[in-house]
Formats: sequence, structure tokens, C-alpha cells
Amino acid sequence: MASSFTRILSSKRNVGILSLVGGSVAAGFLLHREHVTAGEPLRRRYPASAEYPDLRKHNNCMASSLTPAIYAKLCDKATPNGYTLDQAIQTGVDNPGHPFIKTVGLVAGDEESYEVFAELLDPVIKERHNGYDPRTMKHPTDLNASKIQSGVFDERYVLSSRVRTGRSIRGLSLPPACTRAERREVERVVVDALSGLKEDLTGKYYSLTLMTEQEQQQLIDDHFLFDKPVSPLLTCAGMARDWPDGRGIWHNNEKTFLIWINEEDHTRVISMEKGGNMKRVFERFCRGLKEVERLIQERGWEFMWNERLGYILTCPSNLGTGLRAGVHVKLPRLSKDPRFSKILDNLRLQKRGTGGVDTAAVGGVFDISNLDRLGQSEVQLVQTVIDGVNYLIECEKRLEKGQDIKVPAPIKQFK
Amino acid sequence: MPFGNTHNQAKLKYSSEQEYPDLSKHNNYMAKILTAAMYERLRTKETPSGFTLDDVIQTGVDNPGHPFIMTVGCVAGDEETYEVFKELLDPVIEDRHGGYKPTDKHKTDLNPDNLKGGDDLDPKYVLSSRVRTGRSIRGFCLPPHCSRGERRAVEKLSVEALAALSGDLKGKYYALKNMTEAEQQQLIDDHFLFDKPVSPLLLASGMARDWPDARGIWHNDNKTFLVWVNEEDHLRVISMQKGGKMKEVFTRFCTGLTKIETLFRDRGHAFMWNEHLGYVLTCPSNLGTGLRAGVHVKLPNMSKQAKFDEILSKLRLQKRGTGGVDTAAVGGVFDISNADRLGFSEVELVQMVVDGVKLLVEMEKRLEKGQSIDNLMPAQK
Repeated sequence: MASSFTRILSSKRNVGILSLVGGSVAAGFLLHREHVTAGEPLRRRYPASAEYPDLRKHNNCMASSLTPAIYAKLCDKATPNGYTLDQAIQTGVDNPGHPFIKTVGLVAGDEESYEVFAELLDPVIKERHNGYDPRTMKHPTDLNASKIQSGVFDERYVLSSRVRTGRSIRGLSLPPACTRAERREVERVVVDALSGLKEDLTGKYYSLTLMTEQEQQQLIDDHFLFDKPVSPLLTCAGMARDWPDGRGIWHNNEKTFLIWINEEDHTRVISMEKGGNMKRVFERFCRGLKEVERLIQERGWEFMWNERLGYILTCPSNLGTGLRAGVHVKLPRLSKDPRFSKILDNLRLQKRGTGGVDTAAVGGVFDISNLDRLGQSEVQLVQTVIDGVNYLIECEKRLEKGQDIKVPAPIKQFK
Repeated sequence: MPFGNTHNQAKLKYSSEQEYPDLSKHNNYMAKILTAAMYERLRTKETPSGFTLDDVIQTGVDNPGHPFIMTVGCVAGDEETYEVFKELLDPVIEDRHGGYKPTDKHKTDLNPDNLKGGDDLDPKYVLSSRVRTGRSIRGFCLPPHCSRGERRAVEKLSVEALAALSGDLKGKYYALKNMTEAEQQQLIDDHFLFDKPVSPLLLASGMARDWPDARGIWHNDNKTFLVWVNEEDHLRVISMQKGGKMKEVFTRFCTGLTKIETLFRDRGHAFMWNEHLGYVLTCPSNLGTGLRAGVHVKLPNMSKQAKFDEILSKLRLQKRGTGGVDTAAVGGVFDISNADRLGFSEVELVQMVVDGVKLLVEMEKRLEKGQSIDNLMPAQK
């Protein structure tokens, strides 16, 4: 693998060394210095211009922001764990994108990636998160579910409600970069903490490597089981390495609170129920998250979080809250109305099919959720979904009665 | 460099046990051989270019394998991989290549005059003949590990060398990322175009990174000599033509390869080769000659014979469908080729194919006439 150290040492410039941070790095550097003076041939080195990827046919946020100048500046840097720019952008180089869907095109290998490669990540974040500027803005975190107004939907329309987010364990590398030992450590830390959950949150862990046939079938029937990623966006970033080692699913006995371990993030946390009680779903979500946080803190760990980016996750698109709050809702008439997309846009909502991202709607039932992740708090985003879905249901009811509907004014983004 | 294996030193803060992969459900050569103790001894090493043990084995960890087919489960990132990780790779090589020992020497023979016969395989049965191998350019990292700059340098060198070929070897290069629609269609029609690998065995080792950057196809105007650049190896060299004139195919193969080697040497570059492993390629299964000489041959009766597989085995031959590895035979037409790569010279392997196919066609003709093939049964080669 392209060791950051051999690269730096093979160049006559020593600039790269100054950009490295951390003690383990110094130790690694010293070990390599010895290695070098032993007279072994170093890797042939090419200038940044020879290494710069061909992005002419690309349409993703990374390709939009990665100029040759930024590449040249960052290509010799590495995080303390040794994660490099080439690793971060590999998924975006390998997946040129779609003319209509603009993917992010890069991932973080660890918390420090967002700092060391800030010159690329900041503009990508800005583009993906509608102008949120990590250099000047602060992200609000608010998990106080009592602030939610209304939030119990008409169950003739809303079939189910769900809120998900992700959390990363500070000090351990993220799925694109983690070693097997780190991944197993994430599993150990989280499973250990989850075993401390009580009452309606009491649950059980099912490791992907150890689960029985029956357990597997049950998890499939419950729609809980996640499988090895097939999307090249994820596999090219290295997230599926060593599958299924260190991966698993935890859920409470009531099957309303679920955690995925070591899939696309260290953890994905999901609260869900049939029916329209989004308020209760969110209340359980907040309570569960806070309890898990308390339990890992008791053991000396914490989540990755900072003031400018909120919760740190693998994909820059999930920064901030990492939150997607959504419902499965019947909108057969509204979905056929030509104004549907504009209404969703103005309400800052997004539609998906009931299979999740990149699936089609079936029987007029849509997955409707918040578009935004960063720059607004969890409470704000869930409120947006509640208000928006209520409006959509009103529109559907009006159309049922043959009445006309209005496109609402666009709501403000950063409050 | 496969993805997130980050810097090897950072990983060493975890114990070997904590990092050792779970190979309990695995069935590949790497998993058979890599014990926890071996993992501990090798995990601190890396090649001068930074390829680590985890890089070598990632594809084998990610692809547990098949109960019936033994895959190799490891790859080389550079020439030095075979030295630095000898402790793992020597037994893998021994197992995969029929008992080839770490002290054995491999003979290279690219003199087509040493081939006996091979110009008269019956074209009513033998539809086409083909010989392929791979070559790696010394001093550059291999496809699992190379950077974009390196891959482009390999492409540039190769294209320059190939541009100097003349006579019946004169040809043209088509870069994958620049080809026109018309060129692409022609290459597909000629069955020359290779596509981005889809096999998880290849993807998991990082060979498809940056596709299609610096990948391309060169072929001569006659369409009988073809070179793939930066697919699974630096170069894959193929000589092919319709009919059964294997000797002609092999002669062009040897002449072309020798010329290409000279052209590289003129430019200051050598192929990766040593006395023990022969030509060094990405996958340990392709060491030695890296050679697969094969024919598409009609054997509808033979293929229904109970002893077909046994006969092939005795002849040191292997069957595949006409789509190549992991495909089915169509209309009784099989791809028959040498099973070995290392420990036999190029001439020896092509001789086995020539002799073996001749015998199989004989047997087919007998079976057509309802005659017995018992007295034609071969001894183990």
C-alpha cells in the first residue's frame, strides 16, 4: 500500500512531514528512516500532476472541487492513522456518477480526515449541504424530543414512521480505513454498551458471523437484516472488506429500536414503528441515543462530534445530524400531480420508493423524509418532516374531495 | 493499494490475534496456509513500495471461496512481494503448482522450432487456436498496488514499445478512455475488447481502481496478435487465429514476445523474471510461463464419455466453456488448454496441448464411427 512515509522520504522536499500530526506518526517515521538507510529501493515517485485523476467525465462533488492545485497540496498528506487523499477520493474516481444524481465522491477514513483534507472537504460539504460553510458556521445539536409539536399522523395515510442516524466511536478509524482489530473493537465497545440498556430498550445482539439460520430468517422477515454492500459507491471505498467480520445487528425485544454495527458507519441507530406516531418514534430515538452515549462514556469512550460539523460519519453527506426522519405514506393522487416535486422541494422533503434509496414507489406509497442533514438540529429536522407530511396529507385529502391544492412557499434552510 | 489498510505501523498497536482474519469458513490456498503464528511473523513486514501482508491476502479474506474450486486467495503488489512474503507464498505456490518446491528452477523456452508438429490439427474439429501469457515491467508496482502515475507510465512505455513493431506485427493502440463508438464496436465484434473486471476476486484486490484510466488494447492490423494493457497484469499478450495451426500461432507468439522484450530493453526496461519463479505476474497461479495455450474444439461425443475428465487429467489438460473461465460449453465445443503454468517451459506446455488435442480428435473420430477408444487411452503425463 502506498505508505505515506515512503512517499515523503523519497521526495527531496520535507514539507509533508510537517503536516503530519501525532506521536504514532513520529514513531512510524523513525522506523522508516532506518528502513530507508538500510539501502532498500524506494517506490518510484511521480509528481502530483502525473497522479492527478482524470475527472473529465465525472459528475460528483469531489470532482467539482478537486482542482490540480488542491490535489498537489494534499496528496502528500496523511492523517495520523496514515489515511491519504487518494484513499479518500478513490470511490469518486471509480464512480464517475450520473448526469442527474450528484454523488459526494469521497469518504473519510477517520475523524482527522475532515481536518487534514479540509481544503477539499469544506467546499464539498458546502456544495452538498446547500451552502453550509464549515469554516464560519456552527451546527446545532438538539435531541430534546419534548420540543416536538404534534407529530401523530393520520394513520389512514401514514403506514409507518422511522428515524435513523449514525454514530462513530472517537479514536477508532471509520469503515473505509479501519483494520480488522479496530472494527472488532467497535463491535465490542458498542455491544457491551447496548447490553446495559433496560426496560423497553432491553435487547439482543446478532453477530453476522455467528447468527443461526433461524435468527437470520427472523431478521429478514422483520426487515432488519442488512447484507454486504453491493453498491460500487461503497465497495470502492473499501467498506466491505473482511465481510462479515465484526458486523452485526442489535435490536430491542419490542423491535422498535435497532442498531447496525459496522455497515457503512460504526453504528446506524434506527427507531421505528408501524403507524403514524412520529413523536413517540423520535422520543425513543433521543432517549435511546442518549442512553447509549452515557453507557459508552461510562467505559471511557465518546462519539465523534465537533461544533462545526456535528456528528462525524463516513460520508460527508451524513454530517451534522446524520438524521433521516421519514414515513411511508399513501399519496396516490398527490404523486400524480405535476406540482408534487415542487411541493416536496419547498418543504425541504425528499421522496424515495418504499425499498429505500434508489427504489420505486409501489401502490402510491412513498417514503418521504428530510432532505437536509447539516446546519439544522435533530428537533428542527423532525419538525420539518412532521409539518411537511401533514401538509402533504392535507393536499391528498383536498384532491380526494376534488379541491385544489397550493404549492407552499419555500421554507428557510439555515435557521 | 487496496483501500483502507492505512499505514502498517499504526496497525501494530493491536496484537496479532486481534488482527488475524477469521478464516474458519474459507476454502482457498491462502486460508489453508496462513496460520495465526505465520500471520504474526509476517505482519510487521512490507515490501519497499509499502505492500503489506494484509494487502496480499485481502482478496482471499473477502472471498471465502467455493467448496469445489480452490482459488489462490492472494496477490502480489510488486515483484518483491514474492520475496518478502515467501513464507506464505512458497507453500501457496507449491500447493497450487503441483508440488513446485522453493528450490526448484523454472525453465523458459520461447523457441518455436522446438515444438514438434502442431501445424496440422484437423480444422474440421479445431475451430480456433490461441496462446496467451502475461508480462510485468520490472520496477513498477503491479495492478493491485500501482498508483495512477505508475499505471500511466506502464501504459506509455508499452504503447511506445508496441508502436515500434513492424511487418505482420504492425498495429495500433486503442486507449479504453479515448476510443470512439465505432472503434469500440469493432473491438467487441472481434472479441478483443476487455471490460472492467466484475469478479469479486479481482475487485477485492484493488485491480479495478481508477478504471478505465491507462487501460487499453493494442492489436496488429491482421488481428492475430493482441496486447491488453493494465487489466489484471501490466501486459497480457495473445496470439490467435481461426483453425488448427497451433504452431503458427505459437511461432507468432514467441516472435512477438521476443521482439517486445527487446523493444523494452532498448528503452531501459526489463520484464520481471527470475530463475525460480519464471515470469512474475500478479496472481501466483500465473507464475512461470503464465501461459495458457488452447483451442476451441468440437468434441460432442468425447464430452459424453464417462472418462473424459480422467483423460484430460492424464493429458494435463483442462476444459472450459467457449466463453472462457467459468463458462459452459456450447454445442459440444470446448476450450481445451494446458492445466500447468509453472515448472514446465512454454514449448513443453504447448507440446502437451498439441499432442493432447490430436489424441482427443482421434478419439472423437473413433466414437463417431462407433468404434472403441480403449487402446488410445493415454498414460499420465
